[in-house]
Amino acid sequence: MEAYSVFDIIGPVMVGPSSSHTAGAARLGKLARQIVEGSIKRVEFILYGSFARTYKGHGTDKALLAGILGLDPHDEKLAYSFEMAREKGVEFGFTLSNARAPHPNSVRMIITTWEGKQRSILGCSIGGGNVLLKEIDGIEVELTGKYDTLITTHRDRPGIVARVAKVLADHDINIAYMRVYRRAKGDRAIMVIESDQPISGEVKRGIREVEGIMEAAILNPL
Amino acid sequence: MYEFSTGSQLLRLTRKFRKPIWEIVALSEQERTGRPWEDIFEDMRSRLRVMEESIRKGLSQELKSLSGLSGGEARRLYQRAMVGLALSGDRVARAAAAALAVTEVNAAMGKIVAAPTAGSSGVIPGALIIVAQELGKSEEEIAQALFTAAGIGLIIAQNATLSGAEGGCQAEVGSASSMAAGALVELLGGTAEQCLAAASFALMNLMGLICDPLAGLVEIPCIKRNALGCLNAILCADFALAGMESPIPFDEVVQAMYQVGKALPPTLKETAEGGIAATPTAKRLEEQIFKGDPL
Repeated sequence: MEAYSVFDIIGPVMVGPSSSHTAGAARLGKLARQIVEGSIKRVEFILYGSFARTYKGHGTDKALLAGILGLDPHDEKLAYSFEMAREKGVEFGFTLSNARAPHPNSVRMIITTWEGKQRSILGCSIGGGNVLLKEIDGIEVELTGKYDTLITTHRDRPGIVARVAKVLADHDINIAYMRVYRRAKGDRAIMVIESDQPISGEVKRGIREVEGIMEAAILNPL
Repeated sequence: MYEFSTGSQLLRLTRKFRKPIWEIVALSEQERTGRPWEDIFEDMRSRLRVMEESIRKGLSQELKSLSGLSGGEARRLYQRAMVGLALSGDRVARAAAAALAVTEVNAAMGKIVAAPTAGSSGVIPGALIIVAQELGKSEEEIAQALFTAAGIGLIIAQNATLSGAEGGCQAEVGSASSMAAGALVELLGGTAEQCLAAASFALMNLMGLICDPLAGLVEIPCIKRNALGCLNAILCADFALAGMESPIPFDEVVQAMYQVGKALPPTLKETAEGGIAATPTAKRLEEQIFKGDPL
């Protein structure tokens, strides 16, 4: 049995109409934004399943884009994200897909930065505003965004995990959960570290200096 | 010490510590999270203010939903109540209008408090806040009543479900109505036993209610069912305050609701494949809303 807070019951505070199709969508967009280093030039959303079928009546498109712009699920500006994106010069597009996805409410976000990098992030909205990221750049992951999280991309080779752990230990950060995902031996790998404490920008810079680390991002709990 | 997951445990705690339900619920939150009492209360008061704001917005503006299917009807009922014409009585009609208002705000991408879900977000603001304000209750007392409501919701969440996809509308509007009924009773000075009796009546009255949203959107019939849940809560609070006792304990009613939810076919649980959603007119409207002008 799950331990609920009274504020799971009287809450969350959110912009309607749907916790899964609106609040969850905004959360997915915001998680993706935090994973991407650099400033976003363009984002392409590929909608699957129920997201593809009913996005219009639920404002799923507006919520996803709002998340990419950094808005929270309870921000009333959610409804105006298209206008905000145009003002900020962020290009966006939506494609509807009838391909199979891991969950009925799924979206792939393909994000291009001004620095010329491209990231591809697949996420699902699994109910009650809760979300799961399922794939980052072709590598399967499992990530809820409920904790302070450090995500790195690195080349799969010995010693990197230990060096990252050392940086965290030097900053007195306790690792609650840690997982490493890779496509194949020696290929690119992703490390997800969830912590009980906030992870600072200084820690991120320390991690970024570890040899072999290609990307590092901090997710604040949403 | 204050932990509970069933109605009978909650009643035992109220007797053991001689405290009302709201206080046990707040103490258990404090115990579980380690957050200061004042923080927890301020959090609840801020939710109350969001609820009030959503009522005000829905009653003062002519909102339209994204689909164009709904909006603006809360004001009609409210005006009828304000000129003294409402058959259901002016206070009850004002409460129902507030329930409509909040759910219309939700459908128009406005800010609401999911209580317990977005689809049932109108019930508690209507039944609890409007009635409490008209009876001259303070913000503090209404915030306390929200803890009572949360306690009832916690028991349903832990032993059954609050999700329409899992249990039908009875799990959303039914649960919200049950929470509001119990909270009203405690707010009006009823005992903890009366509070859970009201919660039982409300859930029993809405048992079996299916989730059949037109086009899968939280509008038709959801918005008006929020008003129904609001009325039902007020009625069931009156039942309990009149001294009626629930022949079936709250925990058993919750179990029954869960079993009914599991027995409902998937077509009647938020898939928009049964009930009102499956009518020819609903299908035609769905076609119009989603017809493909590509993005």
